[in-house]
Amino acid sequence: MCGAVKGGPSLEGVDVANQAVIQGVVTRDGQPVGNAYVRLLDRTGEFTAEVPTSATGQFRFFAGPGEWTLRTLAPKAVSVDNAVTAAKGVVAEVAVAV
Amino acid sequence: MSRESALVTADWVEEHLDDPKIVLVEVDEDASAYDTGHIPGAIKIDWKKDLQDGVRHDFVSKEKLEELLSAKGVSNDDTLVFYGGNNNWFAAYAYWYLKYYGHENLRLLDGGRKKWELDARELSKDVPERAATTYTAKEADTSIRAYRDEVIEAIGVKNLIDVRSPDEFAGRLLAPAHVPQEAAQIGGHIPTAGNVPWSKAANDDGTFRSDDELKTLYADAGLDDGKDTIAYCRIGERSSHTWFVLKEILGHDNVKNYDGSWSEYGSLRGVPVALGDEPGAA
Repeated sequence: MCGAVKGGPSLEGVDVANQAVIQGVVTRDGQPVGNAYVRLLDRTGEFTAEVPTSATGQFRFFAGPGEWTLRTLAPKAVSVDNAVTAAKGVVAEVAVAV
Repeated sequence: MSRESALVTADWVEEHLDDPKIVLVEVDEDASAYDTGHIPGAIKIDWKKDLQDGVRHDFVSKEKLEELLSAKGVSNDDTLVFYGGNNNWFAAYAYWYLKYYGHENLRLLDGGRKKWELDARELSKDVPERAATTYTAKEADTSIRAYRDEVIEAIGVKNLIDVRSPDEFAGRLLAPAHVPQEAAQIGGHIPTAGNVPWSKAANDDGTFRSDDELKTLYADAGLDDGKDTIAYCRIGERSSHTWFVLKEILGHDNVKNYDGSWSEYGSLRGVPVALGDEPGAA
C-alpha cells in the first residue's frame, strides 16, 4: 500500500534478495529521535518517498539500485542530507545524526 | 476556489480548537498515528477501513458515507478540516472524496500532521465524544472523478498529469520507495502524460508552495489552460493532492482525479503504455 508506516514497513515476508533496502536510525546526541521525517531523494534531487521515524528512531525504504540522498527533518533542527548507494539484495545502513 | 477558501494554517486551527462547528479530521494511511497523539479534538477516519468498499475495488457508497459521518457526529453544516501524514496525501484524498459527495465546507490544514509535529504543537491522546447525527450526502459530483475509458480517450487530447516520482513515471520503480517494490503490475505511464511529481507542489515541511510558484510549475510542465485536466498517481491519493492544487488552490475549472490510477491502468489489457522519462506519443 501507499502509506508511510512509522519506521518503515517490516521486512517480514519480503524477499529481500529482490529489494534494494535503505534503512537506519536517526539520533540526536546519541539518543534516537522518534518524531523525525526522513525523505528519499533520487539522483536528481527529486522527492521519491518519506517516512516518519519509529519510536526508536528507525526508518526503512525499498529503493532501486543507484545513488540516493536521505534528507532528514526533525523538530528544532536544520535538515541533514546523507548520500547512500543502494543495490539489489543489499541492505544499506545509514546512521543519521541531527 | 482559492487558497483562502480551501486551506487553513496551523495557527488558525489552534485559534479554532474549541469551535464545535469546526471538525478536525485526521486521515492517515498508518491509522495508528492518530492513536499515538492527534490535534486536540480531532476525529479519525481510516482511509482503508472507513473509506474503501472492502468487496468492490472502489471507495464506499453514498449510503455508507452517510452512516460513517453520522456515527462520527458530523453534521452537514460543519466545516471539516482535514489533515494527515504523508504530506496530506490521504487527507487530500478524503477532501476530494467528501467534495465528490457534496460536503460544502471543506478545508485542508496546510502542512498537515508533519508541520504540526515539526512546529512541536500540542498533540492529545483523548478521543473526543461527539453525539451521533443524521448526515445526508448529496449525489456524486462526477465532474471531479475520471474513469479509465475517459482517461484512454484523453490520450493526446486532454492534459494528463502523472504526479508520481520520476522513477515511477519512467518505470524504474513500481511503487513509492517507502513500500516494498511489488512485481504484480508493469511499470511505465500513460502516453502523453506529463510528469509533475506531487512533491514539487509542496515545501519540505509539507505546506503548499505559493500561488505564483504553483502557476509557474504547471505552466513550465506544459499544462494547457484551455484543456481539461486529469491527474493520476498509483492509487489516487497523491493525485488528490495535485487535484487539490489545481482545482481548489489555483481554481482551474475542469480537473478530475483518476483514482483508479496506475494500479488500474497498468493492469489493463489493450491499452498503450510509455516507458522512460519522456511523455511518449499518442
